[in-house]
Amino acid sequence: MSLIVKGLTVDHGAIRAINDVSFTVEKGKLSAVIGANGAGKSTLLRALSGLNSATAGSAEWSSHNLLHGKPEAHVRKGVSHVSEGKSVVAELTVEENLDLGALWRRNKREATESKSQAIALFPRLGERLSQRADTLSGGERQMLAIGRALMSKPELLLLDEPSLGLAPLVIEQIFQTIRSIVDSMGLTVVLVEQNAMGALKIADTAVVLNLGSVAATGSAAELIADPAVRAAYLGY
Amino acid sequence: MLKKHPLIGYSLFGFVLFLISNRVDELRVFQGASVAIYVIAIASIILLTGYSGQVSLGHGALLAIGGYAAALSRNHWGVPVWLAFCIAVLAAALGGYLLGLAAARLSGPYLAGTTLALAIGLPSIANQFSIFGGEQGLLFDIGKPPASFGESLTQYKWFFWIASLAALISIYWLRNVMNSRYGRSWKSVRSNDVAAELAGINIGRNKVLAFTISAGIAGLAGALLAMSISTVSPGAFPLTLSFSLATGAVLSGVTTLGGVMIGAVTLVAIPEIVGSAVSRFESSDAVANNLPGLLVSALLILTVLFVPNGPVEQLRARREKRAKS
Amino acid sequence: MIQFFNMLLIGIGAGSIYALMAIAMVLVWRSTRVVNFAQAGMALLSTYIGFELVQKTGNFWIALPLAMILGAVFSSLVEILLIRTLIKHSTSGPVAGIVPIIATLGLLGFIRAIIGFIWGNQDVQIKAPLSQIGFRVGSQTIALSPMNLFVLLTVFGMVIVLGFIFQRTNLGLSLRASAYAPEIAQLAGVRVGAIRTVGWAIAGAAGAAAGLLQTVNGTGALSPDSLEFSLLLTFGFIAAVVGGLESLPGAVLGALVLGLVLAIVQIYISGTLVFIVAFALLLLVLLVRPQGFIGVKAGRRA
Repeated sequence: MSLIVKGLTVDHGAIRAINDVSFTVEKGKLSAVIGANGAGKSTLLRALSGLNSATAGSAEWSSHNLLHGKPEAHVRKGVSHVSEGKSVVAELTVEENLDLGALWRRNKREATESKSQAIALFPRLGERLSQRADTLSGGERQMLAIGRALMSKPELLLLDEPSLGLAPLVIEQIFQTIRSIVDSMGLTVVLVEQNAMGALKIADTAVVLNLGSVAATGSAAELIADPAVRAAYLGY
Repeated sequence: MLKKHPLIGYSLFGFVLFLISNRVDELRVFQGASVAIYVIAIASIILLTGYSGQVSLGHGALLAIGGYAAALSRNHWGVPVWLAFCIAVLAAALGGYLLGLAAARLSGPYLAGTTLALAIGLPSIANQFSIFGGEQGLLFDIGKPPASFGESLTQYKWFFWIASLAALISIYWLRNVMNSRYGRSWKSVRSNDVAAELAGINIGRNKVLAFTISAGIAGLAGALLAMSISTVSPGAFPLTLSFSLATGAVLSGVTTLGGVMIGAVTLVAIPEIVGSAVSRFESSDAVANNLPGLLVSALLILTVLFVPNGPVEQLRARREKRAKS
Repeated sequence: MIQFFNMLLIGIGAGSIYALMAIAMVLVWRSTRVVNFAQAGMALLSTYIGFELVQKTGNFWIALPLAMILGAVFSSLVEILLIRTLIKHSTSGPVAGIVPIIATLGLLGFIRAIIGFIWGNQDVQIKAPLSQIGFRVGSQTIALSPMNLFVLLTVFGMVIVLGFIFQRTNLGLSLRASAYAPEIAQLAGVRVGAIRTVGWAIAGAAGAAAGLLQTVNGTGALSPDSLEFSLLLTFGFIAAVVGGLESLPGAVLGALVLGLVLAIVQIYISGTLVFIVAFALLLLVLLVRPQGFIGVKAGRRA
């Protein structure tokens, strides 16, 4: 039950955002996707979750074709995408944002359990359940976004730059939490990040994207040690 | 050569119109005048909406201001016709200025709704104060065509001439305005107002200027409209007029002046075509009265969905695409 | 004293009808972020259908809910055929904001023409089901009739029911999320397209009620060019804006305020100035407090 991406190509009008990208993420592993701005990382996730349509290639998860169908359908197959920019609904309360993720679920008891789990994971959210989401700090919003995604009972979690705009200490917390989600819940996670070091430190495997194409793949440890990667993305 | 010296192009066009007008009957001449008036009115909307990005559903009210101003000045002060038209432009421009001051702070549906409310409300003022002549309205008589032009120049041909001349002058002037730095600053505000503001453009002032100019032009159209039917009354500027103008602007392609004839001709042609089709097929009154509206509305919906930038812009884009590949 | 009280009642009576229209517009705005200028036209169509239903069944109380259901169906069709196409073909750039407005205007003209086709341009009449004579209080007749009272109760009831739906049910949460952040809602598994249709359906039902009640509350006459429907369109919009487009209770409050102001103008100044005063009120609210009485200030533009 791995995520298998083969030859994925996505165009934005006349621009080829992603070109012939292939990689595999094994079930229960965390794969980091790193690269400079504009490398196509967000587009990759959007193609996997159904927000953008792909021009060519294939992406399979648990024998589902991810390139076909609307995002709403993907959620029901266990794919949860936290899009970039702290994707919470500002006008709704914290609790409503969480509930939003579980609306489609039939089993209300299990949904309530998920909510308790999410609050246990992010106690700060529990303190602010009835506050509007736009009163939260950046870090809290990111937690809420991830919490919302977890409410959908995902098996594959797609995270788009969760560290963006956050203070270093908060980033550390969030990355640790993401790693613990993988370890304790057995989720498969694709983590897109510009913060290459932070991502590689918690990842199992990684993919390096450059201008829409795969520049390197391998285990996270290999890539951290790779001099080319170090020079380009890790700054030393 | 025509591109470099547009004045020549316009004069040639005017000459062609002259030749045509001498060969067609009175009804066509009157319709020609209507087309010219619509051209002016639609151009004013293209300026406001296409260039300055502000929606107005109430341009009928601005036309009304122009029409009433012309009629009042002529009836009460006996001014010559050309001056009456100038007063119409100024009065409407003043109205546009005031409206623009308010409108500059509004956007999207709020602006649309406000102008809509104005379009519905303004004609009712005419019923309130007797100076406006109430429901009957006022007479607006520009007098007979000068004897020096001879017998063949009928009243309607005279109207057609004045309207066409006004249209040619207005369009020519508008093109210059749109290509000037004002036009460019409107365009930049339209595409990205935050960036434009950072670049030093005073958005508020720009929007008000666009409204003022647009209103002045609309006032001219209103005065010409009054001229062509020799009266001005609330019934001459109904809500449907504002809608028709918006329709004409969309059909012409709201972002560019080039297609303005398309909208104007369509607005005049559809009732005409429908009228003759209906009389040929002997349909009921219900069909006859409503078919034009139906067709225009359907056309509007289809255009705005599939060709929102107008046919001219669409062709231009396609040509560019082809040139690139 | 009595006259003042009566004036209040008249204002509230008129305002309650605008409130129904305003509710419909706010519903569409909250679920789709589009101001549907064709709302009044759709209400008009539903009212004509209501007229036919009254003819066929002879009973207003059956016709009203049926008309609301049909109004909901028609509104859903509009959403599916027109609005979805609009969204699919949505461009960016200068025309983006204008396109939905013009499209709904085109729809308005289209509906008007269809009505003219089917029913001709003549007036039809719907008889009021309740007495339109005011209640007697002591020796005086006040300007509140059983019909007025029914309309007021309907509006009140609708606000409560709809408010409950929006704030306390899963459907309401889906509706709000789909309007505020459709992409996030999609990623959370909400079927945004279907939810939007539901929003329009509810609005269609509200509009149908507005049209029918307005007609029987007044003279009962109905025609495609009813001045009453221009009124309904404009005042419904103004009421929604005055109350703040985001809030249902706000829309009702706005409508009542509008109704009162207009009643004052009508009785103490002059009937013909009514539109201009409404316009002035609209302008005032938009300039001074653009989020309406109850609305919350919108965030940064970018």
